[in-house]
Amino acid sequence: MIRDITIGQYYPADSVIHRLDPRVKLIGTLLFIISLFLFNHFWGYVVASIYLFGIIKISKVPFKFIVKGLKSVMMIFLFTLVFNLFMTPGTVLWSFGFLKITWEGIRIAIFMGIRLTYLILGSSLMTFTTTPNNLTDGLESVMGPLNKIKVPVHEIAMMMSIALRFIPILLEETDKIMKAQTARGADFETGGLVKRAKSMIPLLVPLFVSAFRRANDLAMAMEARCYQGGHGRTKMNPLRYYKRDYLSFGVMAVYLGVLIGLNILL
Amino acid sequence: MSIILDKVNYKYSESTVYEKHALKDINLKINDGEFIGLIGHTGSGKSTLIQHLNGLMKATSGAIYYNGEDIYAKDFNMRTLRSKVGLVFQYPEHQLFETSVIKDVSFGPRNLGLPDLEIDLRAYEALKQVGIGEDLIDASPFELSGGQKRRVAIAGVLAMKPEVLILDEPTAGLDPKGRDEILDRIALLHKEQKITVILVSHSMEDVAKYVDRILVMNKGELIFDNTPKNVFAHYKELENIGLAAPQVTYVMNRLRDQGIRVSTSPTTIKEAKEEILRWAKGEIL
Repeated sequence: MIRDITIGQYYPADSVIHRLDPRVKLIGTLLFIISLFLFNHFWGYVVASIYLFGIIKISKVPFKFIVKGLKSVMMIFLFTLVFNLFMTPGTVLWSFGFLKITWEGIRIAIFMGIRLTYLILGSSLMTFTTTPNNLTDGLESVMGPLNKIKVPVHEIAMMMSIALRFIPILLEETDKIMKAQTARGADFETGGLVKRAKSMIPLLVPLFVSAFRRANDLAMAMEARCYQGGHGRTKMNPLRYYKRDYLSFGVMAVYLGVLIGLNILL
Repeated sequence: MSIILDKVNYKYSESTVYEKHALKDINLKINDGEFIGLIGHTGSGKSTLIQHLNGLMKATSGAIYYNGEDIYAKDFNMRTLRSKVGLVFQYPEHQLFETSVIKDVSFGPRNLGLPDLEIDLRAYEALKQVGIGEDLIDASPFELSGGQKRRVAIAGVLAMKPEVLILDEPTAGLDPKGRDEILDRIALLHKEQKITVILVSHSMEDVAKYVDRILVMNKGELIFDNTPKNVFAHYKELENIGLAAPQVTYVMNRLRDQGIRVSTSPTTIKEAKEEILRWAKGEIL
């Protein structure tokens, strides 16, 4: 059950997308997210869909696997849908007391739903095709210029990579502790809200203890290897752009061009 | 009273790249009062197997019967099974969470819905069984030493009065004294309370010393199921799958290679000593 959360996991496969420079994927994802909010007409969605599903196809990550990641954000998703559906003023189609559904509401709810879904699909595609290490390297490099205004870019990147790295570990740990407590007769699934909240204590306390222990161990191990931040640190495999990376930037430019072109034309 | 596994298969993350066939057609019968050792290389499926025995994991195919009842039947009470088949995970001290030792040990029996008096009684008894003194019962479990923590965690499972006790590497990361203490306590429990014990271990010495039946797992398959002597006779095959026989098995085999006609069957130091003395006294020619 807990293994269903797939956000932030790497999915190994041999594809062009996997081999792309992480900076390309980062910028590409950012541009894609921005692009989702650039248009407000049907054709825009068609173009974005073709673009996104085309990349998913090329990435060789099974679609089923990517969609699993959506489950964990279902709540936010429903919340947005419901709010948009009932709170948008316009031509009333149906009303009951203070609740009313408008034509505009349905339209916005559907479009918002698609945008959110694509946003999550797009960004999880990035983490599926990029190892956490690569992602950090990319982030550090993309945010490099911020160093000039005293933003601790390396530290932020390191923190992010550690956090990403620990997601699967903590999930596994949660799974293990859950099983251990279930073996002692704990019940995490039934009962009312209060009972279920209480039943989390045997899970959360050991989880916190172990998270702190791991953090402590990691800090110690890093210090033992003379880690002292990004200053003067060199890389074994410095990032380099290849032909495929320039090509990808080209594809992105075409995608954005088409979207903006459509916006002007329609 | 027994646990029977009939063609149990388990696959992790079925139909993804991560798919792993962790258990392959496991057929097994665990009888009452046995002391079983389960050995195998890391990733051989030991932990997966034991989690099936108390229903924490559900087999992809195959059936498991506890005392003749199909545990996957709809009306089967899984919680009763979990109290009857006690499972102590690897590093069980990581599951401690209460403010005092006694409260933590009471967690299991409390979940069984027992009356308070019975809960206390069982908790005290379990702590006594693992050798935790009365001076420690109100201490925070986080203040104890590693070995003590582990014994408290084991007591947490014992307090549920299981008929079958499964321990996944109960001695990992302990010093020799802590290791012997825990294993001796478990052996005593097995002897006095007649509970069935399944000991998952990497240490051939421990397994040889305590158990009377060994199961060897390799890549999800059960490849040996026999007495220690018969299993360790295949020490060359064990080596091929990344395991080994107890040190004395090697000593006895080397002695024999030197032309000293001792039996190669001893698996513990005590047995080896007797065999060598027998030879020294001229009882073996």
